Amino acid sequence: MGRLTEAAAAGGGASAARSAGPPPAPLPLSSTSPGCAAAMASSEEDGTNGGASEASEEREAVGKRRRLGLLATIWLTFYNIAMTAGWLVLAIAMVRFYMEKGTHKGLYKSIQKTLKFFQTFALLEIVHCLIGIVPTSVLVAGVQVSSRIFMVWLVTHSIKPIQNEESVVLFLVAWTVTEITRYSFYTFSLLDHLPYFIKWARYNFFIILYPVGVAGELLTIYAALPYVKKTGMFSIRLPNKYNVSFDYYYFLLITMASYIPLFPQLYFHMLRQRRKVLHGEVIVEKDD
Amino acid sequence: RLRGGVWNQEKGDKVEILDAKTREKLCFLDKVEPQATIAEIKNLFTKTHPQWYPARQSLRLDPKGKSLKDEDVLQKLPVGTTATLYFRDLGAQISWVTVFLTEYAGPLFIYLLFYFRVPFIYGHKYDFTSSRHTVVHLACICHSFHYIKRLLETLFVHRFSHGTMPLRNIFKNCTYYWGFAAWMAYYINHPLYTPPTYGAQQVKLALAIFVICQLGNFSIHMALRDLRPAGSKTRKIPYPTKNPFTWLFLLVSCPNYTYEVGSWIGFAIMTQCLPVALFSLVGFTQMTIWAKGKHRSYLKEFRDYPPLRMPIIPFLL
Repeated sequence: MGRLTEAAAAGGGASAARSAGPPPAPLPLSSTSPGCAAAMASSEEDGTNGGASEASEEREAVGKRRRLGLLATIWLTFYNIAMTAGWLVLAIAMVRFYMEKGTHKGLYKSIQKTLKFFQTFALLEIVHCLIGIVPTSVLVAGVQVSSRIFMVWLVTHSIKPIQNEESVVLFLVAWTVTEITRYSFYTFSLLDHLPYFIKWARYNFFIILYPVGVAGELLTIYAALPYVKKTGMFSIRLPNKYNVSFDYYYFLLITMASYIPLFPQLYFHMLRQRRKVLHGEVIVEKDD
Repeated sequence: RLRGGVWNQEKGDKVEILDAKTREKLCFLDKVEPQATIAEIKNLFTKTHPQWYPARQSLRLDPKGKSLKDEDVLQKLPVGTTATLYFRDLGAQISWVTVFLTEYAGPLFIYLLFYFRVPFIYGHKYDFTSSRHTVVHLACICHSFHYIKRLLETLFVHRFSHGTMPLRNIFKNCTYYWGFAAWMAYYINHPLYTPPTYGAQQVKLALAIFVICQLGNFSIHMALRDLRPAGSKTRKIPYPTKNPFTWLFLLVSCPNYTYEVGSWIGFAIMTQCLPVALFSLVGFTQMTIWAKGKHRSYLKEFRDYPPLRMPIIPFLL
């Protein structure tokens, strides 16, 4: 299932933050199913979302889902079950490590293969959007997944000295709870049996998880800065044949700065979505 | 008023304007001429709501429908004696000409700041020094020529079908053009700039591509201008003229974009600068989207549209 609303998934931290892309198209939250979110997602992009009420979204969602081929439904169900399972395994491994060792040092190392596998596997969600079996826009999904891939591969994996920082555990916990909630939400939606508590979790956990995830990610990047500066990693200096330069240190600084405009936008958007979905408020969206 | 000997009631249509979102009655116009155009109605609406000048009004028959055109005549619309129009605020507007001039003047000026190595860009020992590479001077001439051409075309050649665009576009567009101009110019005019690998040969070839494409792009702009008389908004299928550069119309709907991409590819080869290549790629992506849209509207509007034509790249895209 596509990453309809990384935002809804909350605690996605950077990923959620960055998924907003340039304003004013923050991520919509799906109400009960991919179809809804899809409809909202695509219209949000044009800025023409008129704050459709949940009822009409529901209907549209069911309609859209019926149009999903059998193969696509089977694949997406399998995919979401697999991802739920994967992140569950990750969660259990993290808990066990802490119970056995009593410390977070070495935790990343012990779960890194699983983390990398399942987080990288999520690249498929871009393909889901590309082929249209998930209604989210490719751009939105791309930004979301990319920010996660960035965090996993370009920060935590590549900058070994920061792997034992507490902030890493912080975002790992946020991501894990988020993803388990999100993928199980999609799974149940696809199976047409969505327990209320999953919907509740999806639209409430983010309140805590999102800021926690963002904090974890920012603190991790911040901790990495001295090492990046010292080693000059991932950087290109002049002179060179292609007349370009890149300074990873400044890139990281800019990335951190970008959280400032993006985080509040996404967070408040998610809060509005939550009110709409859980409390049936009809909100007339401000015209862009 | 007597007409044909029979008393006729003073015929005038009534127009009520409602807010498209809240359905609130915003304005009621009495005795509107049936021959009145939407443009005239917009002017009347502005009188009661001066903050909504005509350019930012979108009037439609259906709250979720398409905007009516300024030239549409009230009488010809499917309305009763009281026309109900729905209003949507398009937001602050800015004229296309203003946007174009601003977004093109920026790169012209910014590039020169780097070319002349104005203080605080490169190290102080390089202030106001000049590059020893011919290609750097050539690149400055080409870049400046390109934007001067664009400015002149905006002022004297282009005929815009829309008067205005949303105000926020100017910030978006200027960030794009000015940002990339600064990024490119920084490297090309850098004291540590490395000239192209294949030397003068590469530069000559690139220059030829650039010049040909600039001439081509200009030819297309002139051909498109001649297609549409001054002040009109008519649309016609463009065809090749006597000018060989316009023969590209045989193969593509938007040869102006084709030539534009070509110019930037030429500039990228000339400077052998990766940021230029990236700028070309981004521009190409955007122009392809525009070309596909234009191509689609041509196909929709003209039954006899030449089937051989592709949007932007002959035979391919």
